[in-house]
Parts: sequence; structure tokens; C-alpha cells
Amino acid sequence: MSQEKTKTAEASVPFWKEMFSAKNMKLLSRPFGSENPVTVQVLGICSALAVTAKLQPALVMALSVTVVTAFSNLIISLMRNSIPPRIRIIVQLTVIATLVILVDQVLKAVAFEVSKQLSVFVGLIITNCIVMGRLEAFAMANKPWPSFLDGIGNGIGYGIILVIVAIVRELLGSGTLLGHQIIPSCFYEAGYSNNGLFILPPMALILVGIIIWIQRSRNRNLIEK
Amino acid sequence: MENLFSLFVRSIFVDNMVFAYFLGMCSFLAISKNVKTSFGLGIAVVFVMLITVPVNYLINKYLLVKGGLSWLSPALSEVDLGFLSFIMFIAVIAAIVQLVEMVVERYSPSLYSSLGIFLPLIAVNCAIMGASLFMQEREYQSLAEATTFALGSGIGWCLAIVGIAAIREKLKYSNVPAPLKGLGVAFIITGLMGISFMCFLGIEL
Repeated sequence: MSQEKTKTAEASVPFWKEMFSAKNMKLLSRPFGSENPVTVQVLGICSALAVTAKLQPALVMALSVTVVTAFSNLIISLMRNSIPPRIRIIVQLTVIATLVILVDQVLKAVAFEVSKQLSVFVGLIITNCIVMGRLEAFAMANKPWPSFLDGIGNGIGYGIILVIVAIVRELLGSGTLLGHQIIPSCFYEAGYSNNGLFILPPMALILVGIIIWIQRSRNRNLIEK
Repeated sequence: MENLFSLFVRSIFVDNMVFAYFLGMCSFLAISKNVKTSFGLGIAVVFVMLITVPVNYLINKYLLVKGGLSWLSPALSEVDLGFLSFIMFIAVIAAIVQLVEMVVERYSPSLYSSLGIFLPLIAVNCAIMGASLFMQEREYQSLAEATTFALGSGIGWCLAIVGIAAIREKLKYSNVPAPLKGLGVAFIITGLMGISFMCFLGIEL
């Protein structure tokens, strides 16, 4: 991963074309599938599972992680040539912690209820392996704009898994989506009942296991030897 | 005393870091391929948690919470530095991990050779940071409570990683469907272990 380098395009191309070139777009879209941070790179699982019992906190968490990953990638990439390698971890942690404090304060001001539900997991974005992992693997060796796109891409790739897991858990566990009743009441009258197991934490792990299974049986290159 | 004991048992089994809160999953899944290394990592986590949580407790109590600075001068009793806690905790953890690494290297080379490679990894282990944040959120009343909680959570994490490593060692010889091999089946086993740990949920302590 650390060998990844994006070459600058020809100077004659207009800058917006260069900014959205096929190569850069690939950086953005690659983490959605074949390089998904959760299911393939095994990063950021810690928080991915704990916030997915309901869809709303999962969406907020996905957004927060995307913002933090994108901007920390951008900032570290801007500073990459002046960071001494021996102390790079602490520099990276300081940048991430600052961004996370900002996100936390904004969440407390704008969406207090959700921030209460997320509890310690907003703080834990600091130690979310996706952020650190992308800084080490990409931002330290690449220019600011590709790094920014890479950050957004990985944040969204993480968000996709979160949202899939949260939709399944909320729909089967409480019969609602974003708090709205989805499963009609006639189902309940006919004897259907919510599966309480989906609300419990272990089910998130099993769901991610199943997502990995589906993804790997479609894309055989990812199978472990 | 009784209170501390129940907190200790609670933090090992009922509020297990891995199975109830999914903390430290990244290293949990990456390192748990054999029992010996995962035991090394588990001990390192217990060790670091046992130092960082009490230190962060003192920092939180005497520097960060509202009125915490009043020991310095009464004029500061209105200052609330709570928003700095994230950056403070992570700085303390990173610094202590570095310090522990140097001390262990100097005084116990044999321990260093078994723990050494894991220590840098631990600085970004969510379980360590999570323990400090839970300590802050649950407002433990005394240093003894915070320390007991740290010890219990560390042991709980260690127990979990040794358990899954033992299962994964045996799993090498079983016929798992190819797409599920490695990561996929590790997830599902962790889920099943989590369900079995939930039998502790109803216990009143």
C-alpha cells in the first residue's frame, strides 16, 4: 500500500479535469468494494459494530468518521514533508484528536440526543484504525488532493457497511427504520414478533461475517489461503 | 471492599470490553492466530490499562472536570476543561506506552522480548482509550474503583483474545467454506462467543 503514488497529470489539462481524473475517481470508489476498510482491510471494526443497533446513530457515526478521515488525511498530507518520522505517530494522533474534539462539540451542539447514544464511541474515532491506517498507508506518501479523496472514499466504504448492518438490525430487531414503523401492524396481529436477538451486540458480528462471506464468494480474489 | 469485588467481576464478564462493547477488535482479530502471541498481547493490554486508567482518572479529577482546578486557586473553580479530555487522554496513553516500553527494555529484557513488539500497537488499541473514556463517563468515585475497573477490563480482554486464539488454532484443521475462511469465520465465532458471554448478563452483583 505504501508504494501507491499518484503521478501528476499533464500540466496542459485544465485543473478541474485533473482533479477528477479517472485515477482520482478510482481512489474515491475503490474502498466501496474491493478495498473496503471494514471487510477487506479489517480496520475500524471496533466502533463499526457498537453503533449499529439503530440506523440514525450509524449514519451520524459514518458521517463523523468520513469527515475526520478526509480532513486528517488532507492535513497530514500537507505536512508530510516536515514531520520527523520518529515522532509521526504523536503528530498524527494530535491532528486526529483535534478534529475529533471539533466533531464531538458540533454533535453536542446540533444533535445532542444522538451524541448521547453514541457515548464514548465519538471519542473512540481517535483510535479508529481506519484513520490511522489511511494516514500511514496513504497520506504520508501522497499529495493532498488524492489523500483527501482517499479519506472520503474510505469513510464512505466504512459507512456502507455500517448502514447495511444497521438497516438489517433495526428492521428485524425493532421493525422500524429511522424510528418510523416499517413492518405493518397486521403482521404483528398475524403472530409475527420482532427478533430481539438482532438488537444484542453479538448479532452485529455475525452480520458482518455474513457480509464478508457474500463479498468473498462473489469476488474470489479476496479469499484467504 | 465488596463493592470493589463486584465491580471487578462485572468488568471481566458482564461488561466485557470485546463482547459487550467491541473494543480493541482490530488487534483482537489480527493477532489472535495463536495462543502464545495473543497471551503476550493480552498481558501487555492489562499492564498498560492498569497504568493509564488511574493516571487519566487523576488528570480528569484534578484538571479537567468543572471545579477540578480549584485546588490551585479558588478563582479557577468555574473553569471546565472537559472538552480537552480526548486529546489529554490520548497524549497520556501514547506517552505512557513509550515510557513503559523504555522501562521494560531497560530492566527486564526477557519481558521486553515477549511484550516489546506489541507495545507500540497498544497505543492505538481502542480498548485502552475506551477504558479511560468509560472511566470518565461512568464517574467512578475513587482511585481504587478506577484501578479495579482497569484491571478487570484488561483481564476480560485478555481472556477473550486467548479464548478466540485457542478456537482459531483448532479451526485450522476444519473444513470451512472457502469464502468464509480466516476473517469471516473469526467474526462469526466472536459473535457466538459474545452470545455465550451474555449468560452473565442477568447476574446481580
